[in-house]
Amino acid sequence: MAPATSPTDAAGLGRGRAVAFALPALVLIGVFLVFPAIWTVYLGLTDYRLTGPAAADPRLVGAGNYTTALGDGRFRDSVWLTVQFVLGSAIIGQAGLGFALAWIMRDRRGPVRRLVEALVLLSWILPGSVVAFLWIALLDRDGGTLNALLGTPGAAWLLDHPMPSIIVFNTWRGTAFSMMLYSAALENVPPSHLETARLAGASAFQQLRDVVLPRIKGHVLTNVLLTSLWTFNDFTPFLLTAGGPEGRSEILPVYVYNVALRDGQLGFGAAVSFLILVINLVFALAYLRLLRDRREVPG
Amino acid sequence: MISVHGLTKVFPGGVRALDSLDLDIGEGEFFALLGPSGCGKTTLLRSIAGLETPTSGRIGIGGTDVTTLAPGRRDVAMVFQDYALFPHMDVAANIAYPLRIRKTPRARREARAAEVADRLSLTGLLGRRPGQLSGGQQQRVALARAVACRPRVFLFDEPLSNLDARLRLEARTFLKRLQDELGVTTVFVTHDQGEALALAHRIAVMDAGRIVQVGTPAEIFHRPATTFVASFIGSTPMNLLPGRAGDGVLHVAGAALPAPGDLPEGEPIVYGVRPEYTDLSATRRDDGFPGEVAVLENLGATTLVTLEGPDHLVQAVVGEGREPAVGTAAWAVPRRGRALVYRDGRLAGQA
Repeated sequence: MAPATSPTDAAGLGRGRAVAFALPALVLIGVFLVFPAIWTVYLGLTDYRLTGPAAADPRLVGAGNYTTALGDGRFRDSVWLTVQFVLGSAIIGQAGLGFALAWIMRDRRGPVRRLVEALVLLSWILPGSVVAFLWIALLDRDGGTLNALLGTPGAAWLLDHPMPSIIVFNTWRGTAFSMMLYSAALENVPPSHLETARLAGASAFQQLRDVVLPRIKGHVLTNVLLTSLWTFNDFTPFLLTAGGPEGRSEILPVYVYNVALRDGQLGFGAAVSFLILVINLVFALAYLRLLRDRREVPG
Repeated sequence: MISVHGLTKVFPGGVRALDSLDLDIGEGEFFALLGPSGCGKTTLLRSIAGLETPTSGRIGIGGTDVTTLAPGRRDVAMVFQDYALFPHMDVAANIAYPLRIRKTPRARREARAAEVADRLSLTGLLGRRPGQLSGGQQQRVALARAVACRPRVFLFDEPLSNLDARLRLEARTFLKRLQDELGVTTVFVTHDQGEALALAHRIAVMDAGRIVQVGTPAEIFHRPATTFVASFIGSTPMNLLPGRAGDGVLHVAGAALPAPGDLPEGEPIVYGVRPEYTDLSATRRDDGFPGEVAVLENLGATTLVTLEGPDHLVQAVVGEGREPAVGTAAWAVPRRGRALVYRDGRLAGQA
C-alpha cells in the first residue's frame, strides 16, 4: 500500500495533461488492438462467411460456432496435435535443449562456444519463410539434403512424419532464445555454491537439483511460458506442411487459417480464435500464479 | 597430514599461479596461507580441495595420494569467502546438506545438525533462511555445515574478510577456539597478516606462486626470511634502510651500527628494524638515524612517529606521553638484537 503522501504524479504534469499525452497511444491501441479483438468475439457469434449470402448479411447464431467446434473431431484432433507440438518443440525441444546447450557451454570460452552460439542464433534471426524453404530443401523427397546424407532416397519425411518434422523444425528454430536466457541465468549461479555441492560429493544431477534449479526457477518459468505461447500461436509450420497431409499436422493456428480463409467460414474461425485466446490466458494466469507463489517465499 | 609436492598450476593463458611448490602440514595444525592478492594462495587451497586440477605435482591427504580424486571424495570441507549458503534452504537444511548427499538417514542428520548448531550457538536460528541472518550468523552456519560432516581437513577461504571490523575480532577468537576444540587440521587463506599471526600455528608466506617462508607466527614476525616478508608482516611496516658494511660496522642512513660477524666489506645491505623495536632519542647518538619529526599517528596506547631524514624515512613506536613535538629533531635507535640485516633481499644476520 502506498503511503498517503506518496506523489503518484512524479512528473508534476497534472491529470489533464497526463491523459493528453497518453491519449494518442491509447487511441492506436484501441483502434488496432482492442477493437479487432472485440470484433472477433462478435464475429464468433455469427455465421459470417467470406463469400455467399452470409457474407453480405451475417446472422447471429449465439454459441452455435462454439458447440460446433467442441463437437468437431477435426478441432479436437487439432488441439491434441497442438499439445504435442508445444510439449515436443517448446518445452522438451526449445527449453530443454536450450538449457542443455547453455549448461554444456557454461564454462567454455573460445571458438567452440562462439561457433555454437552463431549457428543457434542464425536459425533464430533468419526470416521464417527463408527457414521454411531451407527445411523443405532439407526434407524434400527428391533431392533433399537429408535423404542424400542418410542415403535414403525417396523418403518423404514431410508426408510420412509430418508432426516430428515440424517439431524438429520448430525446436531448431527457437532454441537460441532459450539458450541465451539460460546462459544469462547460469551466470547468476555463484560458483562457490556449485563448488560447495561438489565438495559434499553431489553428482551433476544433484548439483542441478539443489543449486542450479532453485536459483533459476524464475527464468525457467518465464522461458517455458514464452516459448509455449509462441509455439502455441506459431503459424510457420504451415509453410512446411500446410497442415497436411490429411490434417495430420494441422495445429490450431493452421486450423484457424484453413477453416476461416480457405473454407471461408470467418465466423467459425473467429470463434476458434477466441478459444485459442482463452487457452493462452489460462497458460498466462497459471504462470503468474506460480511466479507469485515464488515471490511469497521469504529469503 | 597434507603433503604437497612439486605442485604447479598454469592457467590457460599462461598465468603460472603455483610454481613447483612443496609444503607439509601436520595433523591438527591450524595453518595459514598468507600473501598479497595474486600470489597463488587461493589456487593452492582450491587445489587441495580438488577444485583446481594441478598442471603437475602431487597432493596427499592423510597418506593417500588425492591428486586425481574428485573433490567429493577427499573428505575435506571448505568454507567460502561468500559462505555459499543455499538461499532456498533453511539453516538446518544447509547444515545437513553434505550429510543428505551422503545419504545419512533423516533422523540422524537432523540430530547432527541440531548438535552442531548448538555448539556454534545457532540453535534458535535453525528454521531461518540465510537471507534472514546477519553476516556473523551466516559465517557460523557455513562453519557448522563444514563441521557437521566431520571431515579430515577444513579449508577456509578468507573466512573473516566479509565481516565488519569489530565482528571480525570476535569471529577470530571464536574460530581459534573452535579449531582448538575440534583439533581438525585446518588450512586457511588470508591476505591479512594480523589474522594469520593471530590464528595460525604455522604460516606459509607466499609470493608469485612460491612459498617464501614457512614458520610459526613468532619466527615469521621476528626473523622474516626476505625483505618481502619483512615488509608484508607487521601492523606497521618494518623500516628497511639501504646501507653498506665497512670497518666492522654498518653505515646506514647516517648511523654507524654494530655489524653481524661475517659480512664482506663494502657490501650493500638492507637494514631492517620494526618500528616497535625502535626507540627515539632527543639527543644526538651515533647509532641512531637522524631526522625531523614529520608525522604523529595515534595508535591508542602508543603513537607511531615518522622521522624524515635527508634521504630516508624512519618510523618508531613510542609509548603514551612520550611523543616528541612535530618539527623537532630526533634520533631513531634500533633496539639491540632486534634489527635484521638483509643481503640480496635475504636474511644475512641479526644485529
